[in-house]
This record gives sequence, C-alpha cells and structure tokens, in this order.
Amino acid sequence: MEICRREDKLEISELDPFLAELLRQIPASANPEGTPTAEQRLFSPPAGPREREICAEWKLYVQPELRRLFRTATETVAADLEQLSGNEKTFANRTLRIPAKHADAWLSALNQARLVIAAKYNFTDGELCDHYRSPIGSRRDLSLFQVNFYGFLQEFILREVSDCPGKNSD
Amino acid sequence: MIEQETRSEEDLDLPWQVVVHNDPVNLMSYVTMVFQRVFGYPREKAERHMLEVHHKGRSILWSGMRERAELYVQQLHGYLLLATLEKIG
Repeated sequence: MEICRREDKLEISELDPFLAELLRQIPASANPEGTPTAEQRLFSPPAGPREREICAEWKLYVQPELRRLFRTATETVAADLEQLSGNEKTFANRTLRIPAKHADAWLSALNQARLVIAAKYNFTDGELCDHYRSPIGSRRDLSLFQVNFYGFLQEFILREVSDCPGKNSD
Repeated sequence: MIEQETRSEEDLDLPWQVVVHNDPVNLMSYVTMVFQRVFGYPREKAERHMLEVHHKGRSILWSGMRERAELYVQQLHGYLLLATLEKIG
C-alpha cells in the first residue's frame, strides 16, 4: 500500500483486498449502536454528575446535533468508499482517491471507528501502545490491528492537513 | 421561584473552566490539532496542553463565562475529545 497526496486529493494506492476490506468497514465500525460503552464514549457527559441541569439540557439539545455531525462524516466517507465497491478480485492494486476537502470527515469517521472498536473490546493502554503485535490470531487481534491501521491513516491525513492549512475545509 | 432564578443567574456569572481528560485512543497529534482549531492556540501551547493531558490525566484549557465554556465543550465533543466544564471554586 502506498499513500500520498496528489494535488487536491489524498491517494491510497496498491491496496490489497485485506486493507481494502478494512477501509470498507470504517462506516460500520463507527456505529456505536448495540454497544452501550461505545455509545457512552461517543456521547460522554459534558459535566460531572452534580451538574444535572447542564447534563439534561445537553442530552436534549446538543447530543442530537453531535449525532448528526458524526453521521454526516461517516456518510461522506461511505460515499468516497464507493470507489472500492464491486467484485473482491478487482480490489487487487486498487486506488482510493479522497478529495482533500473531505479530510475532516475522514478524521472524524476514523476517530469514531477507533473509539467504538476500543470501547467494544475494552483494550488496555498496553495493547493500544503495542504497534508490533503479531500475528493476528483472533477477532480481538484483528480489531486491534484495525484501530492501529485507522490511526496510521489519521496520522497521514493530519500531516497533510497541517502542511496545507485551509485546504481541508468544505 | 425567584430565589431559584437568582441562583441560576449567579451560577452563570461564576467562572467555569474547560477541562480535557486523557483518552488512550485519541492520537497526540490529533489532540494538538483540535486545541489549535478550537482555541486558536499556537502549536507550542497546544502541544503543552496535550502533554499535560497525556501525563497528568487532565488539563484546563480555558476559563471564563459558562456560555462560552459550554460552547467550547460542545466543539471538543464534536472532535470526540473527553471534555467537561467545571465550576471554579
């Protein structure tokens, strides 16, 4: 896999079927439904339990807005990932081109996915810092790899965003 | 009723602080970028706060009126950081 910036697009090329599948799983992985710990992490309280009024107002007015914000980001990413839809065999050496103006949506969706997966598997700090864990022998190992792979993509996008300030906004 | 309203107004006038809490999943570079964007901090100051969160578990990013503090916390949650507002004192 190669990753670079070409003009106003971020390019992920020479994608093998495994990594292409991990990319395709971003929107689904970002969905916290059915996992209360993930839901709690994405929609954490804005204040301590003593501030009941603030927390109640937040739930009523702010949380729906956050939900909409997160959903918009994953929808943008899902639309970009349409490039990878089709026959599994055609994934070999495929290229994904992400418009630079979608960088924020990708950062958000990748972050949502990483947080949801981490909450689902309750990874320890040690596991999250172990970037050389191998081989992948269980669903848990695969999910940890997914978290690290998405983190790697985030790092790349962040570097591009900070190198070209202002170019990422819609 | 009047007492409640008065207390509420006093609460609004008390200074509040915006606190960001440690989270092992969010990338350090991502947290730094968020601090720069939300608070307009220069990179060095944003990094100092990020490191404080990382090493001490929390950092106070801003303090002032409640309304603005709430707005900052909302923005930070939009970036998926663990942030809360706290009454000072």
